Amino acid sequence: MASITTGSKAHHDDHGHGSHHGHDDSYLTPKSSLWATIVDWATTVDHKKIGVMYLFTILFMFFIGGVAAILVRLELFEPTRTIVDAAGATSIKGHLLGSVFQGGSVALDQANNTYNRVFTLHGLVMVFLVIVPSVPASLGNFLIPLMLGAKDVAFPRLNLLSWYIYVLGSLFAIASALAGGVDTGWTFYTPYSTSTEEGHWRVLFMIGAAFILGFSSILTGLNFVVTVHKLRAPGMGWFDMPLFIWGMYGTAIIQVLATPVIGITLLLLIFERVFHIGIFDPRMGGDPVLFQHFFWFYSHPVVYVMILPGMACISEMIAVFCRKKVFGYRAVAFSSLAIAGISFIVWGHHMFTSQGELSAVIFSALTFLVALPSAVKVFNWIGTLYGASIDLKTPMLYALGFLFLFSIGGLTGLFLGALSTDLHLHDTYFVVAHFHYVMMGSTLIAFVGALHMYWPKMFGKMYNEFWGKTGFWLVFLGFNLTFFPQFIMGAHGMPRRYASYVDEFTIYHQLSTVGSLVLLVGFLVHLGNFIHSLLAGPKAPPNPWGALTLDWTDTASPPITHNFHHEPVVTHGPYDFDDVVPPQTNPVDFPISAAPGKGKAH
Amino acid sequence: MATLPADKDLLAASAPPHERYRAAEHFRDRDHEFDAVKLGVWLFLATEVLLFSGLFVFYGIMRMLYPEAFIHGSSLLDWRIGLLNTIVLLYSSYTVADSVRCAQTNDQAGLRRNILITFFCGLAFLIIKFGFEYGPKYADGKLPGAFYSYPNAVSEYEPLWWGLYWGATGIHASHVIIGMGLFIWLYIRSLKGHFGPKHYNAVEGVGLYWHIVDIVWIFLFPLLYLIH
Repeated sequence: MASITTGSKAHHDDHGHGSHHGHDDSYLTPKSSLWATIVDWATTVDHKKIGVMYLFTILFMFFIGGVAAILVRLELFEPTRTIVDAAGATSIKGHLLGSVFQGGSVALDQANNTYNRVFTLHGLVMVFLVIVPSVPASLGNFLIPLMLGAKDVAFPRLNLLSWYIYVLGSLFAIASALAGGVDTGWTFYTPYSTSTEEGHWRVLFMIGAAFILGFSSILTGLNFVVTVHKLRAPGMGWFDMPLFIWGMYGTAIIQVLATPVIGITLLLLIFERVFHIGIFDPRMGGDPVLFQHFFWFYSHPVVYVMILPGMACISEMIAVFCRKKVFGYRAVAFSSLAIAGISFIVWGHHMFTSQGELSAVIFSALTFLVALPSAVKVFNWIGTLYGASIDLKTPMLYALGFLFLFSIGGLTGLFLGALSTDLHLHDTYFVVAHFHYVMMGSTLIAFVGALHMYWPKMFGKMYNEFWGKTGFWLVFLGFNLTFFPQFIMGAHGMPRRYASYVDEFTIYHQLSTVGSLVLLVGFLVHLGNFIHSLLAGPKAPPNPWGALTLDWTDTASPPITHNFHHEPVVTHGPYDFDDVVPPQTNPVDFPISAAPGKGKAH
Repeated sequence: MATLPADKDLLAASAPPHERYRAAEHFRDRDHEFDAVKLGVWLFLATEVLLFSGLFVFYGIMRMLYPEAFIHGSSLLDWRIGLLNTIVLLYSSYTVADSVRCAQTNDQAGLRRNILITFFCGLAFLIIKFGFEYGPKYADGKLPGAFYSYPNAVSEYEPLWWGLYWGATGIHASHVIIGMGLFIWLYIRSLKGHFGPKHYNAVEGVGLYWHIVDIVWIFLFPLLYLIH
């Protein structure tokens, strides 16, 4: 394998046809002036720049959604209730949001209303603007062509368009939030969502934002499917692809096939609000449960759009930091497709209480089916850990954290998939805790871990390992402190979406709020670590972890504008650590393990 | 790398643009790019089918619940106008398919003629739709939901039928309008000689899109106009 020299630093502004000037520059090399650099980024079709732009916009949205989450937790530190004092005067107690935003003197209705808007904002931002695009649009865009040995994704201009559509959708959502927000919950259930605040544009804007963001998601998914099919490097068959690609491929298929359904659903919801066509309005003969079917036909598969990319990252982290071939490569690869397929036939488990008994039984049985491929992955990852010399760097800590949290999140999902327990647990904090363990404890944990792993590749700088690990422990402990008590109070009957509660739940809510603040500190530690890395971090070598995928073996850190000096040819599997000395490393750092009896590639 | 010199250097500058066309640099050659574009367009068509599938579910469920409203609503549509529009769209599907063939055989005049005919078929579809259907129905008050004011309903659920009629045909008509915009773009590019036997990605892609617009209508026409 050729060793890659760092690019020449000479200035070249000519990128015309046939010119090879500037090809050795890092993709981050600025243009001659600040304005030229801004124009270059705003009009770029380079998948790496688009991935980085997505990364920072998503992290900004994560900040907004996180602030809303902290506000929700602070509000719940004490139950909101009306107090009548000895003289007969009434006042509101325990209403933080009201005292901050409305000067303290509000009625209980207003207090609850404010709370509804804040948790709706949190849900909408985190689902549509953060978790759905998180890994695919940022790391996926950056890494898929690099891992496949391609120069770009199949349709670079559509890729840029998808980012602009994402920004447009977020502007709609922000405009709606600034105008007072919506109180529908992130699911927009009818008939409430079609009748609340009759005629006000901010509800339409929020629905419109979700509609617009769908197009961004479709374009990303479409691009990835075609890229994986058509742009693999010579020598890379389907089963030579890194498992990251398999996860992203499953994700992309769901994005393409499920998102149009939410498109028509939200369009009909907009028609319903504007023209009162009646489809979801029982007064006109319409059916609100039909909306739930339409909504979950998209939104359940999209749960796997959220988790599959997290699983994709975990496969890479575990293989590289265990220095071992992933146990059961094909099982892990096919389980991604199985999850994608099964995800389309389990939507009814969100509606156990609003549909007939027979269909509830069928959906319950199908729901157990989807646990199988997820469990296949977890057991294969654990099988990979067995006997490995594990390097506990920050990404590996995150991978282990994922295994722990995803197991809790997944197994509690089975409680909810069983009809009899679900009747007791539905609409309680048990559900809230379950999906936070999966979406935040799994997807976002994997995202943050993968961000640490790929940070040196993306920006050419190392992060500080001590602060990375410190941040991990704060996030991990803070997360469990926030959400584990919610399982308990949910099982004891605390319903979701209420600002007030009876006194016996106070201790759980207070533990949860304290946990959320620890979590906040953990993320701020990571933020500080990343900013320090960009400003003063040591220069990253091209392959700091000794990995064997093309993104590490055949590109510089950060990669040159055209990714590769020559089209790479794949000569070994992505995880053949027993046979191949990692290119672009000092062989002393990554000796081939001497374990006998390990097979060769294929 | 794999881009052959024949793709870029060996042709004189006087050769028409479609012969000088080079694939984008992340593709090996024009065939590689053509395959990728075609797969992308087919995936996009799948999203279109799923988009309209929501409307077909709407039709199926509401017709099952309120058959009398749907039968009476359907009887108020003139199937002859629907048939005329079906013929117009079917003919345009032929011309758009022929335009792909013209590009493949380098028949530049035929390519431009077929693109123009397809564009005008789209226009004719909209004129018939707005002039003979939307206009009179708007005047009669056969409108969706809350705007419904037609006095001779036989079922209280007829506003639902009109909500479906306007929603489904409206979304379909918006696709026709988008298609007409694409044909203007194709026509301008065909005047510049952008399409020929070795490069007709855009003609093929827009053609496939136009077929899906046509097929959706082929399902809407019997469901809305013919079934009693």
